[in-house]
Amino acid sequence: MHRIETLEMKGISKSFHGFYANKNINLKISSGEVLGLLGENGAGKTTLMNILYGLYRPDSGEILINGKAVRIKSPKDSMGSGIGMIHQHFMLVQNHTVAENIALGFTDVPFFFPEKYIRKKIHRISAQFGMEIDPDKKIWQLSAGEQQKVEILKALFLEAELLIMDEPTSVLTPQEADDLFDIIRKMTSGGHSIILISHKLDEIMGICNRVTVLRKGETVGEAFVRDIDKKELAIMMVGREVFLSFDKKPLPRGEMVLNVKDLVVYGDRGNKAVNSLSFSVYRNEVFGIAGVSGNGQRELVEAITGLRKASSGEIILEDDSITNESARVVNTRGITHVPEERIRFGIVPNLFIYENAILKKHHSHPFSRLLFLDYDMIKEHTENIVERYNIAAPSINVPVKSLSGGNIQKLIIGREIESKPALLVASHPTYGLDIGATEYIRKQILNRREEGGGVLLVSEDLEELFEICDRIAVIFKGQFMGVLSAGDSNIKDIGLMMTGSLKIETEQDGASDEV
Amino acid sequence: MKYRIDIAPRSGISGWYSAVIVLISLAAGLLAIGFIFLIKGVNPFYAIARIFSGSFGSFYGFKETVTKAIPLILIAGGLTVAYRGKFWNIGAESQLLAGAAAATWIALRWGGLLPGGTVIFLMFAGGFIGGALWGIIPAILRVRFGINEVISTLMLNYVGAEFIKMLVIGPWKGKTQFGFPYTDDFPDNAILSVLPGSRIHTITLILAVLAVVFLFFLIFRTRFGYEVRVIGENQEAAKYAGIDFVKTTVLMMMISGGLAGIAGVGEVAGIHHHLTYPESISSGYGFTAIIVAWLARLNPLLVIISGLFFAGILVGGDAIQISLNLPAATVDVFNGIILVFLIMGEYFQRNSISLIRKGE
Amino acid sequence: MEQIIISILKRTLIAGTPLLLGTVGEVITQRGGVMNLGIEGMMAVGAVSGFIVTFTTGNPWLGFFASLVIGALFSLIHGFVSITLKANQVVSGLALTMLGLGISGLWGKPYIGKPLAVKMGSVKIPFLSDIPYVGEIIFNQDPYFYISVFLGIAAWFVLFKTKAGIAVRTVGENPKAAETQGVNVSLIQYLCVMVGGAYSGLAGSHLSIAYSKSWIEGMTAGRGWIVVALTIFAMWDPRKAFAGAYIFGGIFVLQYLLQPLGISPNFLGMLPYLTTLAVLLVYGISKEGHRKMHAPAHLGEPYIRGER
Repeated sequence: MHRIETLEMKGISKSFHGFYANKNINLKISSGEVLGLLGENGAGKTTLMNILYGLYRPDSGEILINGKAVRIKSPKDSMGSGIGMIHQHFMLVQNHTVAENIALGFTDVPFFFPEKYIRKKIHRISAQFGMEIDPDKKIWQLSAGEQQKVEILKALFLEAELLIMDEPTSVLTPQEADDLFDIIRKMTSGGHSIILISHKLDEIMGICNRVTVLRKGETVGEAFVRDIDKKELAIMMVGREVFLSFDKKPLPRGEMVLNVKDLVVYGDRGNKAVNSLSFSVYRNEVFGIAGVSGNGQRELVEAITGLRKASSGEIILEDDSITNESARVVNTRGITHVPEERIRFGIVPNLFIYENAILKKHHSHPFSRLLFLDYDMIKEHTENIVERYNIAAPSINVPVKSLSGGNIQKLIIGREIESKPALLVASHPTYGLDIGATEYIRKQILNRREEGGGVLLVSEDLEELFEICDRIAVIFKGQFMGVLSAGDSNIKDIGLMMTGSLKIETEQDGASDEV
Repeated sequence: MKYRIDIAPRSGISGWYSAVIVLISLAAGLLAIGFIFLIKGVNPFYAIARIFSGSFGSFYGFKETVTKAIPLILIAGGLTVAYRGKFWNIGAESQLLAGAAAATWIALRWGGLLPGGTVIFLMFAGGFIGGALWGIIPAILRVRFGINEVISTLMLNYVGAEFIKMLVIGPWKGKTQFGFPYTDDFPDNAILSVLPGSRIHTITLILAVLAVVFLFFLIFRTRFGYEVRVIGENQEAAKYAGIDFVKTTVLMMMISGGLAGIAGVGEVAGIHHHLTYPESISSGYGFTAIIVAWLARLNPLLVIISGLFFAGILVGGDAIQISLNLPAATVDVFNGIILVFLIMGEYFQRNSISLIRKGE
Repeated sequence: MEQIIISILKRTLIAGTPLLLGTVGEVITQRGGVMNLGIEGMMAVGAVSGFIVTFTTGNPWLGFFASLVIGALFSLIHGFVSITLKANQVVSGLALTMLGLGISGLWGKPYIGKPLAVKMGSVKIPFLSDIPYVGEIIFNQDPYFYISVFLGIAAWFVLFKTKAGIAVRTVGENPKAAETQGVNVSLIQYLCVMVGGAYSGLAGSHLSIAYSKSWIEGMTAGRGWIVVALTIFAMWDPRKAFAGAYIFGGIFVLQYLLQPLGISPNFLGMLPYLTTLAVLLVYGISKEGHRKMHAPAHLGEPYIRGER
């Protein structure tokens, strides 16, 4: 194998179902470099890297190694050319040892007693890069940082010259992240090159030599890190000088519907996902939560909607505490929920549209009488929703999975809004939808605001947040980096706040920011 | 000209399409069965015709078919509920025995003492409860300890069967049965009346039909049925919708086990009139019912038809055993092949497969 | 007394042999992520095919190989349905059991009541069989016993000490990780299913050409289901399968011997299943326990490429 002196991606385009994930992207990296790939979620970073790794084939464009075009059709080809990738979600077998995990993909391993051979080599390579890993430990016994080292080892075993790391620090503690950077420095000083996907500016500034910024599938900027500052990067990433738009009807804030006090919620991995949050949402208000996903948004929403236990703190709806009530009770009290990953949580794909139109409400009047469901009532209700929310469906008697994503989401929005909830919680409501459906859903949320409901909107889409929110809280590692409202001079710095580089103290729920 | 086969998940299928696939699967299954007969040197047309004439062709045969359909319909009906909730109960065999044992105890203990109607009622109630309790065990093992229900129901089948054997050769062994492993015969008022000239125990037949009608409404018209289906189709959405997984799972296994228990009551009180070895009482109804439920596409009303169909195969199997000198296991060939073809047919239901001309 | 104990131990090993073969085969299948509940059927087919070939050729070794091949081929039905068509593995396994029992009954019918002229006899291992007690118990057995011990150890060795074993176990744990490392998931699963079928076929023919020398319909007598229990009892480890198979085999032997002492044979008959449930319960109580069980994480779920 030859060294990768330079690797170039030229004019890469890739579309999914007519939607461009990558459009004419150029990127270049040389030996010994760390290239940062910066962009919001959905900017096309992962798609681009999956192309480089051979998981996707580009529609057009080429990849050049040392100036010569190479064809990468599968991960095998990319591994053969010296490219390794460390996925954000580790591809490790939890019940196997480190050595077993490494042995699987490593072609030179002997057939018999592979672990013996691997063990020796692990010691050698890990010493070289300062990673201490016990080859006989099971993966589940390792911390996230150690697991990541195993992934790095896997790539090094295959003699990867160029390593793609997809948000490598998202699962690490600060200490582990520092260790990782030490390893990266050792690797690059030995001639390896690294592409680091990230949306943490500090990281990019700290470890990268150069940075390429993507937005909406296109390259929007390229720079040497020494020539640029965080502010400029944040603006590049977010896309423009930002301001809250005033298209929506200005409304005086109504009474308080939701009051969250010192809420602490733990995540699945036992981490403190929501760290002592306090805020309020009012009627006639859309309260947005901005931030890169994985910073506690999911846990916060689950705690409010009764799907996850809060470990301390209080959640008050109007005047009653709903802390740690069941999902059904919370729903009955007046909180409805448009969940993230709509197909996974929000619908039952094989059941009919009308059966999905009453999910969560099926147990209550008027759909349920005694123990029976009133299907006439249910169907009438469904027809109403289908008509009122412009859902394109051949009939309500078809499984909901035959609808398009946009129509499924309209159904969910309709279902959740129809009961005129005191508070609507919407998580990433327009994620992955086309423009038409997106606009429609946003309009519905604004309608709810005008009707007097409160809305808690979790989104990664800044454009969306600016368009419909009255106030935006920026969440990072389970804490608010600030609560912004229209006219706040700090709005331009939202990119810095999302990436954990800036924290501004605002008065509790920004009470001073009356619109 | 080059073609390639394009396979894509299908979204939404019509009932007609589904029915056609089931019929084609059945036909293909029969073809395969015929092929096996052919290898055995038996004229396949004759053998298959003989099976169906044996079970549906004569009045006597049909009466037997109905008799055997009773437990199949009851059990398969119950299975439709559990399977709709994706709870793979394969323990109906021992849930049937639990019901049979409960009924036996009531019959022998109270049979002579209480009026006939009361005894019969108590036996059915007791049978339901017996089967339900035995059925709840795997449900609890699953929701509390995460134990796979396939394994636990399978294990409990054998535990239950051995326990019944223990009873009938031990403490419950009849004093008037000349050393056979039977309990004493039930007193007359604990025996179910039959249609004259047949072994069809009418009450159980009526209960079976009522049960599947009830189940149909339960599954498609009630809150509980709705919750079962949501759990079965998407457990995450069920959680989101605030559905109580533990309660619903336990309830559906109560129903599934309880109906198998009622089938057990019918067998001991309608056919045997005593409790005896498990293999005599059930002859694999608990397993055959799985195919019955599958063939009915987990629709309780269709269970009546598929139950009769498989009861017919059981009876027809007996018929060819005698007339063609084939072993009893021939029925298993039928059941096995039909089941294999049914699950293969499902592939075509889930996916649309088309031949596309290659145009690169 | 001495003689009785020796005889009991010897018969325990004999009774444990088909259980061992079946269990090790199922361990391999399940380690590859496929649950095959059709063991009873595969055993029956193995028993009848081994018997027929031995009966017609007079050579038990031909019967031995016939059962191995037929078992593997028969298991392909389950492989096709569950791997290629990605259907429900529970139902497919049940279908395989019914089919196997049925076909074996059909094929074996003409041979009922016709004993073999030759059966697989005992082979004394020179010198070793002269060791007091142990020699008679362990080194004066039929070839199936030695082969099953070898196959059990071989399975453990391949699964845990070779690269192929790592690939198999990875497929059962995390097929996606296997695929990203260039492993052909379907191929591995097919091989695992067929090896499991071959082992079960051998387990069956042991019954018909070594244990007894006649074909009786339904002679597998639920051993296939005991194997399902044993696979869990052994926690998917061929080494523990030895212990489990001989313990459960011993229960078979003791079942009627202990009756005069007032121990119900039916209670002993329940034991394999009760202990398996107890094992599941003990380990099921904690998350740590689940981990210690080593149940393949992706067991019984069809792997669909490109899905998360």
